[in-house]
Amino acid sequence: MTAPGVALPLADDALILSHRLAEWAGHAPVLEEEVALANLALDLLGQARALYAMVGDEDALAFLRNERSFYNAQLTEQPNGDFAHTIARQLYFSTYQELLYGRLATGTDDVAALAAKAVSETAYHRDHAVTWTLRLGDGTAVSHTRMQRAADALWRYTGELFHPVVPGIDYAALHADWTARVTAVLTEATLTVPPFAPRRAGGLGREGVHTEPFGRLLAEMQHLHRSHPGASW
Amino acid sequence: MTAAKAFRAVAGAVPDPELPVITLDELGVLRDVRVEPPTWPDEGPRVTVELTPTYTGCPAVEAMADDIRRALTAHGAAAVTVLTVYAPPWSTDDISPRGRAKLAAAGIAPPRPRGGGPVLVPLTPMRLAPAPLPPPRCPQCGSADTELLSRFSSTACTALRRCATCREPFDHMKEH
Repeated sequence: MTAPGVALPLADDALILSHRLAEWAGHAPVLEEEVALANLALDLLGQARALYAMVGDEDALAFLRNERSFYNAQLTEQPNGDFAHTIARQLYFSTYQELLYGRLATGTDDVAALAAKAVSETAYHRDHAVTWTLRLGDGTAVSHTRMQRAADALWRYTGELFHPVVPGIDYAALHADWTARVTAVLTEATLTVPPFAPRRAGGLGREGVHTEPFGRLLAEMQHLHRSHPGASW
Repeated sequence: MTAAKAFRAVAGAVPDPELPVITLDELGVLRDVRVEPPTWPDEGPRVTVELTPTYTGCPAVEAMADDIRRALTAHGAAAVTVLTVYAPPWSTDDISPRGRAKLAAAGIAPPRPRGGGPVLVPLTPMRLAPAPLPPPRCPQCGSADTELLSRFSSTACTALRRCATCREPFDHMKEH
């Protein structure tokens, strides 16, 4: 296995989460959220495309790799679940992405230029997730219960986000900042920070090891392109 | 006018595909136009255009590139290359005053100035801190009494608001 480099894991995170969010099209609880989730997906798709273009052919990278050759964090591939699960996934991921891209943006290479561009989009994604976390957590008894359940269920996948991918980034400090921010949001939302430690911080998706739902995601995402190689319309 | 200036004026006058009331020049997405002289006397010059996206995923970028190619070819360019550049990142502060006026006239509340420089973090708790920007004004009646309906609207760059005075909903181009 060749080393995935820097751009590829970041691109895979963005593509796979984009695909998950796009699955809400036609299913979102209200029209405004339908539009919102599609917009988040579009931003992430744009980021993924820019990052893939730095590595090679966008279509080949997105549609012709098998499961073990994707390096996205397992958090991004988790199914949408109910709306609270989608929001918890967004809260955990967008907080991480904003902090990471903010640090990356100080560099001078192509990834830095993209990160500087994307960080303001990511801040808006985080803002959207925080607003919904507060509304659901500090809402009705039912919404509180479901938001807590989602926050607990996805917590185990957050440790992996801090597995070092980009040289020169202090991932321990990134993790501490992330924990402080997420704790503040969950607490304000009257939710309990999950009392158990996330699963081990090492590898997993970053080493090409994925959870069971990822295979079905890839099958749906890739089958058209693989069924009609080189097709154009 | 030099050839480069002339081509820049043509590319800059291309309307935005999603907000056609303003031009690419007014939107501030045109970064550079370079002209190489023709290889042969009877050939037109080769033009390279640097374009920056408003949002990384903005689907209008490809339409912009196509429109620029068409306009410059019609103006006599032999070949047109459109490159996408990310640095420095585009911001809504790059929209010209004329562009803002045109947006408002079309019923789209223009983005408020973000200002350059560092973002000041107040020492008071965030919820007690004054709102960083005044609310966008209604483009129909000018009232400042407007509310957010949806953080996302018909395009990636706009939010949907409603005026509490005249009750009209309107798009607001988000500060970005």
